Amino acid sequence: MTVTVLLFASYADTLGKNQLELDLTSGATVSDLLGHVRAMPGAGRLPPEPLVAVNERYAQRSQVLAPGDEVAIIPPVAGG
Amino acid sequence: MRSTLTDRPIDTGALIAEVSRAGNGATLLFIGTVRDVNDDRPVTGIEYSAYRSMAEREMADIVREAGEKFETNDIVVEHRLGELMLGEASVAIAVAHARRGAAYEASRYVIEQLKKRVPIWKLEHYLDGTREWVGAGGQRVAESVR
Repeated sequence: MTVTVLLFASYADTLGKNQLELDLTSGATVSDLLGHVRAMPGAGRLPPEPLVAVNERYAQRSQVLAPGDEVAIIPPVAGG
Repeated sequence: MRSTLTDRPIDTGALIAEVSRAGNGATLLFIGTVRDVNDDRPVTGIEYSAYRSMAEREMADIVREAGEKFETNDIVVEHRLGELMLGEASVAIAVAHARRGAAYEASRYVIEQLKKRVPIWKLEHYLDGTREWVGAGGQRVAESVR
């Protein structure tokens, strides 16, 4: 199944892109997705436990993904 | 109740007008502005960016929560995105309530939750020409991107 990964701010700079498509096996979790992202060039500077949102909601590592999900890896927020 | 992300300067007077009603005995306006120093480094401006759709949803949730918790519908929040100069308003929160105590608490709730949950980031521009992403608590999270 394919999911869309969104990257922002410092994470987008680190990975050199702000969006990518990942092909994952059915039943893959947020944790599995992070493992794939971590294997990419430049991902060494991602923190061990980045915040993740699935379809615009903050998500746990154990959340199971569905085809077409939009998964955002969220740097420390700094609004205000 | 309203929350908005905007690319244009925030009209704080309009926010106050929007929450004003005869039944409200207290009206508060909080304005967050771009500061000239962070971590002892002279700042010349800040570029705000967001995960726009999620940020809008989180802001709407926060305003609704504050409304339920403190029993008022008169809460308006605007957050600016894009390039801001020193002294410009990055965020403004107008709250009106029958009583001042609840108005202060609701205003505080909105700004604290916003800083915790809303996916907005700032790229600080420094006097020496460098730029860095700023994390929660003013901590720098990445090396210079320049």
